[in-house]
Amino acid sequence: MTEDTNHSPNTASNGVDAASSPPSLALVASAGDSPLTTAVTTLQREHSGWVTEIIQAFDEITLVVSREHIVELCRFLKIAPGLEFNMLSDITGADRGTEEEPRFEVNYHLFSTAKYHRLRLKILLNEEDTHVPTVTGVWRTANWHERETFDMFGVIFDGHPDLRRILLPDDWQGHSLRKDFPLRGYEPYSLT
Amino acid sequence: MSTSTVNVPAQFEVIDRPLDTQMTISFGPQHPSTHGVLRLEMVLDGEMVVRATPDIGYLHTGMEKLFEYKKYQQGIVITDRMDYLNPLGNNLAYVMAVEKLLGLEIPERAQVIRVLMCELQRIASHMVWLGTHALDIGAMTVFFYCFREREKILNLIEAASGGRLTPSYFRIGGIMMDLPAGFERRVQQCIDTFPRAFDEFNTLLTGNTIFQKRTQRVGYISAEDAIDWGLTGPSLRGSGVGLDIRRANPYSGYEQYDFEIPVEHDGDVWARYMVRMRELRESLKIVKQALGRLKPGPVKADAPKVVLPDREAMKVHMDALIHHFLIVTEGFNVPAGEVYHPIEGSKGELGCYVKSDGGPKPERVHFRGPSFVNLSALPHMAEGSMVADVVAIIGSIDIVLGEIDR
Repeated sequence: MTEDTNHSPNTASNGVDAASSPPSLALVASAGDSPLTTAVTTLQREHSGWVTEIIQAFDEITLVVSREHIVELCRFLKIAPGLEFNMLSDITGADRGTEEEPRFEVNYHLFSTAKYHRLRLKILLNEEDTHVPTVTGVWRTANWHERETFDMFGVIFDGHPDLRRILLPDDWQGHSLRKDFPLRGYEPYSLT
Repeated sequence: MSTSTVNVPAQFEVIDRPLDTQMTISFGPQHPSTHGVLRLEMVLDGEMVVRATPDIGYLHTGMEKLFEYKKYQQGIVITDRMDYLNPLGNNLAYVMAVEKLLGLEIPERAQVIRVLMCELQRIASHMVWLGTHALDIGAMTVFFYCFREREKILNLIEAASGGRLTPSYFRIGGIMMDLPAGFERRVQQCIDTFPRAFDEFNTLLTGNTIFQKRTQRVGYISAEDAIDWGLTGPSLRGSGVGLDIRRANPYSGYEQYDFEIPVEHDGDVWARYMVRMRELRESLKIVKQALGRLKPGPVKADAPKVVLPDREAMKVHMDALIHHFLIVTEGFNVPAGEVYHPIEGSKGELGCYVKSDGGPKPERVHFRGPSFVNLSALPHMAEGSMVADVVAIIGSIDIVLGEIDR
């Protein structure tokens, strides 16, 4: 179960907060803003339950979303005018550390071939429950990226057509990019 | 065939239907035409491919895990080994991602040198693509001509950085060291010979009926499917989508250069071939412009805690010595945060995702390899064609297994 985050985003303080939302959910927008930020603000207004936090840092926008709404959000982002994220560049997992809560993240990097803007979606997952709905129905390229995230982190994508390991051998034990997996592995891999 | 003595793990299905017309074979991982250790599980009905499923991971060396155990500057050598035909591109993606986190401003001369070296590297990478692609289709002479041209570029890269395939020429904050004396003259001599070489390739291949018949109407993918499968680079531009990261999200001063983005609309192997052939000439244009833009100046950013000081300064000045010592032994702290920086690699969108927790070692580094994503579209392109066409399609996607498997 993803949690509502209560740590503040690294926002650039150059504008007025949208008056209707609490500070951590408002995209700091000002008059000379890019179409992306205005479009994301509109998204926030219309579907306020989908996004739990917006982080603006290093000229990039990250939306922290809850996993229940990820598929709807992706479908919306793909076709909504002004957003039009028709390409999924990348899905990456990350392990924040064995002591962190939530431990895992899944990052989706979206790109629009029409508008040339980019967006990151982030899902936070606890160690016990690493299930995420698949977005292969939205972009077919998610297939291999989700397989790699499963292989390396053990994040299970519900509804994936073929969720099996992609880089490591099929009978490998463990998920190698987790922080508790040692750099050199446990023992030499043997084919027999 | 007897399968009773083989210990098959539970998730595999044993196919043993001797009277069936379909045969499942492994194309690879040891095969000269797969351009690396790629295995395709092909279900064939005679010569027709019913299903072609890539099985990758034979070159997986855990590079992304290695980054987490090394300081940021040590990670640059790991990036060389990913796409080993475009190492400067990998260097650039990683280095620019970290510079974005640090907020460094790169001096103009370093940016021009980066563009110059990356475009030379793009030409070299396309030379390998063309040589191996044509070789698979049967044109053996082109292979030698391409590698002869590539040798000139590798000599240039070695003169600048010391390495041919593993240059690690870029550093966080600039480049390793300035270009050697006489380098611009050597580059000019080299690129003066290239137009004639490219014309030679055209004579051998573009007008060649056999090559045309092997590549036209083979491996078709439409523009919508290409975007849906995440194709980028020449593979996408061959389907009619004029996307080039150098124009879409410019970096390192690319917005100041005048070059065209070749686009073809047929979506087949031939279109991808034509896009790359035209790209070679565009890269030459950029190299010429970069040579014209080179002005004397610093090649490293002004950030003493991140960028190593001048060697001579280190021997004489105390603060330079201390900075050198700290950077080499402890590394430098990078502000916490995450960055995804895409560049236009020779195969497509090469993205580097770096997540920092505030320390001297990254928390997570991930490379979005264009070959990884382009290969995932192979079943879409190859199913329904013949085995020989699969070879042509693999060549046209231009895969490098180091980037796919990392």
